[in-house]
Amino acid sequence: MSASERKIRVLIAKPGLDGHDRGAKVVARALRDAGMEVIYTGLRQTPEMIAEAALQEDVDVVGLSILSGAHMALAPRVLELLKANGQEHVKVFIGGIIPDEDVPGLKAVGVSGVYGPGTLTDQIVADIRQIVLGEEAA
Amino acid sequence: MFPVEDVLAGNRLALARLLTAIENDTPAGRAALSALFPHAGRAHLIGVTGAPGTGKSSLVNRLAYHYRHPPDGEAPKTVAIVAVDPSSPFSGGAVLGDRVRMRDLTGDQGVFIRSMASRGSLGGLARMTAGVVQAFDAAGYEIVLIETVGAGQAEVDIARLAHTTLVVEAPGLGDDIQAIKAGILEIADILVINKADRPGVENTERALRNMLNLAHPLPRVYRHHGALQEVLPAVAEAPADEAIWIPPIQKTIATRGDGVPELAAEIARHRTHLEASGDWERRWRARLQRELEDLLQDALVHRWRREIPPNYYEDVFSQLVQRQISPRQAVDALLNGGREA
Ligand SMILES: Nc1nc2c(ncn2[C@@H]2O[C@H](COP(=O)(O)OP(=O)(O)OP(=O)(O)O)[C@@H](O)[C@H]2O)c(=O)[nH]1
Ligand SMILES: [Mg+2]
Repeated sequence: MSASERKIRVLIAKPGLDGHDRGAKVVARALRDAGMEVIYTGLRQTPEMIAEAALQEDVDVVGLSILSGAHMALAPRVLELLKANGQEHVKVFIGGIIPDEDVPGLKAVGVSGVYGPGTLTDQIVADIRQIVLGEEAA
Repeated sequence: MFPVEDVLAGNRLALARLLTAIENDTPAGRAALSALFPHAGRAHLIGVTGAPGTGKSSLVNRLAYHYRHPPDGEAPKTVAIVAVDPSSPFSGGAVLGDRVRMRDLTGDQGVFIRSMASRGSLGGLARMTAGVVQAFDAAGYEIVLIETVGAGQAEVDIARLAHTTLVVEAPGLGDDIQAIKAGILEIADILVINKADRPGVENTERALRNMLNLAHPLPRVYRHHGALQEVLPAVAEAPADEAIWIPPIQKTIATRGDGVPELAAEIARHRTHLEASGDWERRWRARLQRELEDLLQDALVHRWRREIPPNYYEDVFSQLVQRQISPRQAVDALLNGGREA
């Protein structure tokens, strides 16, 4: 497939009950400005809603914005549902406030990247390009 | 080759991937569209257009919910939604946010929502929207709701694609006739005034009604005590007529769902009108003819470019630039002269 035909599609979702999505919107806009197509689903998404949207939208990447501290429950559940839907190829990253000691556990269940509050969006863009396009080229 | 049988059998992952292939206009996507073509042609395609923020997504959400949970005695219908948002002209990327308003539809296997970026095409739809719609149609979705980019002008493309086009207005966007975009009557089958809970609904309604009265000044002639009387109809009261469809005005509050059953009833009435008047068939014939001619033109140009000797085009073009030949003579030369040259 030629580069012009290929658009990276990313779902940005905000699971959990905490109520602001500023960070998620900043990331969504940064990915758009990097040429990606971002499906933005808004606040208070359940893992089921996220997996369903990821399926219908045939995304390459799911980004979860989690501030509530529930990442250890939410992220594995999303990965599990993606897999159950036949979307094991979809990469999942998390942005938010994640304690360092949780990162290895998240990576172990298959989370591709964890980004704390100070992360430059350029970093996220580069990583997504790498995991989606790099893998295809390989 | 794409697993078209899986799509026809209702496999949602296969459908989602097919939509991507269609959107990217890949050879596999094209082949799959051809394979699906005999299965399409049954869905009711409903376009939803209107200025940014008038409540198109909220209305689509409610309408879809209504089709899934109809009043007693009616069977639920399966619904596909195609929601188009603009691509950034600078980066080519997009933030597609229409799903935010469609939360009520999650967890329902009878609904499939797909967001599409316009990818540089103007006119409210993406270039491959028609293909995506056709795939949903072939996959058996009975209703396909198509939300256009909120571009703020009358979009002809959606009226060509859809059987029934809703133009959504909202109070307060400038309520005089001039502010309501010229040309919306050419595309609107139903005029929706959403946000009817907002002040100024009466003004919006009056403006739309005036516009309708200007567009449909059909004098109706009644016999009254033996004398002919001409009556200019107040459009709202005009009886449903098979031959001519006057767009009804429906007020809604999409956030609460008010007016949505009535809107669905108007949509059903429009479909009945299309079928009874022969317009249903006329519309899809016109659509297929346009598609055929577009594709034929592309293919002819493509073939011609392959056959023309290298540099011949440049030679003719430079003669044109030097005004040695006219554009018309240049075309003659390119079409006929290429082989002998
Ligand atoms: N008061 C009121 N607000 C409404 C109504 N319908 C929608 N809204 C609000 O209007 C805003 C825009 O609604 P959307 O459904 O996103 O509008 P849209 O036309 O799809 O917007 P774009 O896709 O961005 O062009 C949201 O904040 C809705 O909650 C309504 O009937 N009344
Ligand atoms: Mg919308």
